[in-house]
Amino acid sequence: MSQSVLYDAPGPRARRRSQIISIVSALLIAAGLAWLIFTLAAPRVTAGGSTQTGLFDPSRWDIFLDLATWRAIWRGVLATLQMAAVAAVLAMIIGVLFSFGRTARSAWVRVPTSVLLEFFRGMPVLLMMLFVLLVFSTGSYWAGVTALAVYNGALIGEILRAGIRSLPRGQAEAGLAIGLTPVATRFRIEFPQAFRQMLPIIIAQMVVLLKDTALAYIVGYSELLRIVVNNLSNFYGNRYFFSLFFVVLLVYLVINLALSWIARFVARRTGSRSVTGIADGGDESKS
Amino acid sequence: MDAVLEGLPLLIDGFLRTLSLLGIAGLGAFVIGSIVAAMRISPIASLRILATVYTELVRNTPLTLVLFGCAFVLPYLDVRLSFFTLAAIGLTVYTSPFVAEAIRSGVNGVPIGQAEAARSIGLGFGQTLGTVVLPQAIRMVIPPLINVFIALTKNTSVAGAFFVVELFARSRQIINDRGDEVLAILLAVSAFYLIVTVPLGLIASAIEKRVAVLR
Repeated sequence: MSQSVLYDAPGPRARRRSQIISIVSALLIAAGLAWLIFTLAAPRVTAGGSTQTGLFDPSRWDIFLDLATWRAIWRGVLATLQMAAVAAVLAMIIGVLFSFGRTARSAWVRVPTSVLLEFFRGMPVLLMMLFVLLVFSTGSYWAGVTALAVYNGALIGEILRAGIRSLPRGQAEAGLAIGLTPVATRFRIEFPQAFRQMLPIIIAQMVVLLKDTALAYIVGYSELLRIVVNNLSNFYGNRYFFSLFFVVLLVYLVINLALSWIARFVARRTGSRSVTGIADGGDESKS
Repeated sequence: MDAVLEGLPLLIDGFLRTLSLLGIAGLGAFVIGSIVAAMRISPIASLRILATVYTELVRNTPLTLVLFGCAFVLPYLDVRLSFFTLAAIGLTVYTSPFVAEAIRSGVNGVPIGQAEAARSIGLGFGQTLGTVVLPQAIRMVIPPLINVFIALTKNTSVAGAFFVVELFARSRQIINDRGDEVLAILLAVSAFYLIVTVPLGLIASAIEKRVAVLR
C-alpha cells in the first residue's frame, strides 16, 4: 500500500472529515443522478401538444429484444473496427517511414519530411478527410482511412523518433562498429528497441485512432454511430433515438476502455519502469 | 484562386468563430481540468475516485459522440441553447480530462524527493503543493497543456458538422458554391488552422527545450 508522500496517513480526525466529505459528495452525486433519471423518465408534452412517454418507458427500449437490432449494432461495430484496423496498419507503415525521414542523415530528406509532418500534424483530421474525399474523390471509407492513417502516421513517426533519440548513443555506435551499414543499424539495432519502448504510447495512439473513426460519420461513412443512431431510428421511429444513442455510447466506452486497459497492461509488462510520481498515491492509480 | 479571394470574408468570419470556440472552450476546460486534477491528487478518497471515473469516461468517448449528444440529445431533453453554446459546452467537457491529465503528469514529473523534503520540514498538503511542487510543475505542465490546446483547435472543426458555422462549415459552404476550385479552398482553410497550431507547437517545443536545460 503506497501512501502518497503529499500527506500523512490520516489520523482519526482527518479520517472522520474525509468520511464526511465522502458521504456528502456521494449524496450529491446520487441526488444529481436521481434528478437526471427522474427528468429523463418523466413524460413530456411536446410543442404540438401530444404527450411523449418518458425515456425509460419500455416502448422506447423494446427494439433491443429484436435480434435484428443487435445484428445492426454488430455491423456497425465491425464497420468501425475495420476502418480502425486498416488505418492502424497503414499508420504504422507511414509512421515508420516518417521516423526514418526525420532522422535521415541528408538534410534533403530531413527538412521536407519535417515540413510535411508539421503540415499533417497541424491540420484537423476532419479537414483531411474532406480533402481526400473531394480532391481524390474516393468513397467516404477510403477518405476516412487515408486521413486517419496519414494523421496518426505523422504522430507515430514523432513517437518513434523520440524513441530512437532516447536510446543510448552506444547502441548505434556498436552497430556501426561491428560493420553494419547505417541503414541496417537503424533497422536491426535501434528500431526494435525504440518500438518496444514506445509500444504503450503507440497503443494509446491507437485508442485515439479508434475514437477518431467516429469522425468518418461526418463525411458520410456508415460506421457505428450512423448505422445505429441514424439508420435504426429512421427505420423504427424517432422515439428510439435516445436509447440507441445511449447504446452506441456504451459500446464505444467498452471497446476503448478495453484497449486502454491493454495499453496499461503492456506498459507494465514491457517494464519501461515508470517511476511512481508524486501524485500517484492512494488506491486507484497503481499503474 | 479567385474562389478563395471571393470567399475570404466568409472564411475570416468562420475563423473568428473558430477562435471564439477555442477561447471559450479552452478557458472552460482549463478551469474544470484544474479542479479535476486537484481532486485526483487530493487526500480525500471519494474525490479521487470521482475524478478518475470522470477522466476515464470522458477520455474514452469519441468527440463526435460528445458533440452529437450536445447537438441532438440535449435539445431533446428541453435544454434550449444555441448550437454555438452547446458545441462550446461539448468541447469544454471533452477537453477537460486532457487538461487534468496534463497537469497531473506535470506534478508527477517533479522529483519525488522535492515533496519528501517539503514534508519532512513539516509543510502540510497545501503548503507542499503550493510552495514546492506546483511552482516546479508549472514549467513542465505548459508544453503538454499547449499540446492540449492545439488538439482543441483542431477539434473545433468537428463542431462545424453540428450546425456551428465556423471555419470548417464555411469551407463546406464555399465548396458547395465553387466546386471547381476545391483544392485551393481546402489549402486556404488548412492555412487558417496552421496559423494557430504551428506557432503554438513551436512555442511548446521552445519551452520544452528551456525546461530541459534547467533540469
